[in-house]
Amino acid sequence: MLKGRHLLDPTDFSPGELDEIFDFADQIIQSPAQFNHLCDSSILATLFYEPSTRTRFSFEAAMLRLGGGVVGFSEPASSSVAKGESVADTIRTVACYADIIVMRHPKEGAPRIASQYSPVPVINAGDGGHLHPTQTLTDLLTIRSVRHQLTGLIIGCCGDLKFGRTVHSLIKATSRYPGNRFVLISPKELRVPDYVTADLAAKGIAYQEVERLDDVIGNLDILYMTRVQKERFFNEDDYVRLKDVYILNAEKMRLARGDMIVMHPLPRVGEISYDIDDDPRAYYFKQAKFGMYVRMALIAKLLGAS
Amino acid sequence: MLTITSIKNGIVIDHIRAGLGIRMFYQLGLDKADYSVALIMNAASTRLGRKDIIKIENNVDFDVTMLALIDPNVTINVIEDEHIVHKVKPDLPDHVEDIIKCKNPRCVTSVEKYVPHVFTLVNRELGQYRCQYCDEIYTVGKD
Ligand SMILES: [Zn+2]
Repeated sequence: MLKGRHLLDPTDFSPGELDEIFDFADQIIQSPAQFNHLCDSSILATLFYEPSTRTRFSFEAAMLRLGGGVVGFSEPASSSVAKGESVADTIRTVACYADIIVMRHPKEGAPRIASQYSPVPVINAGDGGHLHPTQTLTDLLTIRSVRHQLTGLIIGCCGDLKFGRTVHSLIKATSRYPGNRFVLISPKELRVPDYVTADLAAKGIAYQEVERLDDVIGNLDILYMTRVQKERFFNEDDYVRLKDVYILNAEKMRLARGDMIVMHPLPRVGEISYDIDDDPRAYYFKQAKFGMYVRMALIAKLLGAS
Repeated sequence: MLTITSIKNGIVIDHIRAGLGIRMFYQLGLDKADYSVALIMNAASTRLGRKDIIKIENNVDFDVTMLALIDPNVTINVIEDEHIVHKVKPDLPDHVEDIIKCKNPRCVTSVEKYVPHVFTLVNRELGQYRCQYCDEIYTVGKD
């Protein structure tokens, strides 16, 4: 039963519950018009304590496409939050007006506090460097739609794996399905944190850590790219030496399998070259569309409208 | 070894890992005590090499759990008439509220002050607790 639940962590829902959301998202993708009055009288509040235009648009478009309304703020300066109101008080007030709340906050765990004070469902839309569960749902729906399964995949994650929370969440979420293996491609300095690999090892899941994308791209079912930012490197020399290794271009794509798919949480800053945008294996823009559909399904399920 | 008069009625906290005694001392508020208290640092120990000991000449009632969270390997001896009447080995609780503070500066508890700091035990062997808000790990005896 998903009605009335919160989504704070990508693993809050069981694989069975996620399937329920994904099955419903599939129905929406088949015939979106059929659902455009599903949430007619409901209101979604978007509380963005830090700006994230892309995520906010995705949630707002999702609610509008279900026929619902949207209220909220896109940065705290324009709201009572600027006067120092606590999260608890803001939530108790907003819950009087809205049927479901989406929160983005720079502090880790803020949406959990919100959920403790909210009589209506709270969705975490990103809390600092911690979690971003609807991005993970987007990624899972994309993989499921393209590969028709979430099991038995070789998943490559490339780039900044140390600070990339989307990658940590993706690994955590996909490691719950049987038969998945991971290839972690990053400079030594930007490897995944130890707790991620410790978790994989504890579950007996195979993974390898490598430095060069060229060496492994031919084995992958999924290639999940992330930004490698200059300021993450310890020195200029390392950056210059390594940056090209983590840029996906047509040349590297020639080494990849015909059915591999390329994903990226967007926005990109140069790690995917424009010359592969028309490659049928490039899924990062379609992924954004799956993001809206999965949010539609999620909102409808939490509201008990489906 | 330094001689400290043995106590008649009270409590001896023994086998404290060297260096952690002072934290327990303050945690128990012994710096404000109006009865005899001794903090012995770096005493020789066959088991630990060096250890700290706290002796309290008073039948105080305190939270054993709190001591376990600083060092789970301590022994608490209750003394009556100069004899140990019982020994207590504290156990790590599964859930602690407002005893450990989250030290992650990005954690929401650093700004929303009314929120209790809640930790749950994730690994008893390693003494690891996880902050319920930000997942930061607190390791007993290290942090
Ligand atoms: Zn915390």
